Amino acid sequence: MAKMHIKLTVNNRAVEALAEPRLLLIHLLREELGITGPHIGCDTSHCGACTVDMNGKSVKSCTVFAVQASGAEITTVEGLAGADGSLHPLQEAFREHHGLQCGFCTPGMIIRAYRMLQENPNQSEAEIRHGISGNLCRCTGYLTIVRAIRAAAEQMNRAREAAE
Amino acid sequence: MRFSLPAKWEKAETDPRKIEGRTRSPGNELWEECELIPAPFAYHRPQSLQEAIGLLTQPGQHARVVAGGHSLIPMMKLRLAKPEQLIDLQDLSELRGIRSESGAMVIGAMTTQHELIGSELLAASCPIIRETSLVIADPQVRYCGTLGGNLANGDPGNDMPAVMLALGAVYRAQGAQGERDIPARDFYRGIYSTALLDGEILTAIHIPIPAEGHGWAYEKQKRKVGDYATAAAAVVMTMASGICTQAAIALTNLADTPLLAQHAGEALVGSGVDEAVITEAARRAQGITSPSADVRGPVDFRVHVAGVMVRRAIARAKQRAR
Repeated sequence: MAKMHIKLTVNNRAVEALAEPRLLLIHLLREELGITGPHIGCDTSHCGACTVDMNGKSVKSCTVFAVQASGAEITTVEGLAGADGSLHPLQEAFREHHGLQCGFCTPGMIIRAYRMLQENPNQSEAEIRHGISGNLCRCTGYLTIVRAIRAAAEQMNRAREAAE
Repeated sequence: MRFSLPAKWEKAETDPRKIEGRTRSPGNELWEECELIPAPFAYHRPQSLQEAIGLLTQPGQHARVVAGGHSLIPMMKLRLAKPEQLIDLQDLSELRGIRSESGAMVIGAMTTQHELIGSELLAASCPIIRETSLVIADPQVRYCGTLGGNLANGDPGNDMPAVMLALGAVYRAQGAQGERDIPARDFYRGIYSTALLDGEILTAIHIPIPAEGHGWAYEKQKRKVGDYATAAAAVVMTMASGICTQAAIALTNLADTPLLAQHAGEALVGSGVDEAVITEAARRAQGITSPSADVRGPVDFRVHVAGVMVRRAIARAKQRAR
């Protein structure tokens, strides 16, 4: 099948690629673009390891074709850190609060938490747990992940208030 | 199902100049033996409904529309679906949105579950839709998954069809011959089989706004977040001075199609919906189920759970009714 010319923005960088229609977004990111933050876990839209931010929504990039993402703005975990390499408050909090063990789910977990806090910066523990219910972690039992997200939210809110 | 990946999974090539002729690109023999890579297809992103219907009705081609894609794409990966033409409806803004129109809610087929959850209009007039949306899949899937996709897919595990049966919704379909309306209660024929004809696209859902102060509940038993129901029940009912004046009960994933439990609903009408009446309604609802034994449990268990879901849904709907 003929390849299609697609254009999208990935982590604020304009990207063009030739993609066969059946190429999945996760494969475009990882194999064509070398962006290996999003992981391939279950490949069936259950585990959330491949989660990326697409046009302001968290999506599982194993269940989106690259051609469907043509024209989209994508942010992966690589896009969260500052240009100087300083970590995003979520990344910092995951490190500080031990929000990961093996780390496989972490890029998806963090990029999902990022969108969640954009939508509502003040979330209860129950809301956080509901919000990350599409991301599986087989190590932590979620306790430290929830703790890290709460801590990051507080940090981000403090920074926002200080800026106002 | 076996999920296999190519044996020689070579190091990723990151040089964009080498995109052509890549070792791990589709078309490479490694991909052909991989069960998680769909069969080849041509992709279209029409800019109008007319264009979409034109593409869908090309002679001699197996074409399918894709809405949110979270049912179709997994099926394509398993090669259970092999459309030659994939028609992506994402740019058709005319198929999105929620509005109130002469006593009915009109919801565009491409409206996502995330949008249904956030709609104040629906929360005020038809809250069972929000309650149901929240138990479908997970947050990521709900950003993509659409009402129309959930309804037109024909998978008995989908949650929205039973809700639409309970609400007495009407589906609007458009094809090359024009528009027609299909009542939800006549829509479902079997597993993945609906009244939608080849070349037709579900465009909108019309839901008669339930009476002010009605009670509602969608009770779903599932093993984990993201799972289909072991059994689920939708109840919409109206109470006046402690007496039920109208009730509809429908069931999810308990037969080849969603089920309207008409006699169960009738058991409530004219009563005060006390314990004995609820028991009778649950018994009648269980009587029309024919689930298959699967990973969610043996038949007897699923029928049992169906009864529990119906009882809970009625009790909660009654509690909410004013």
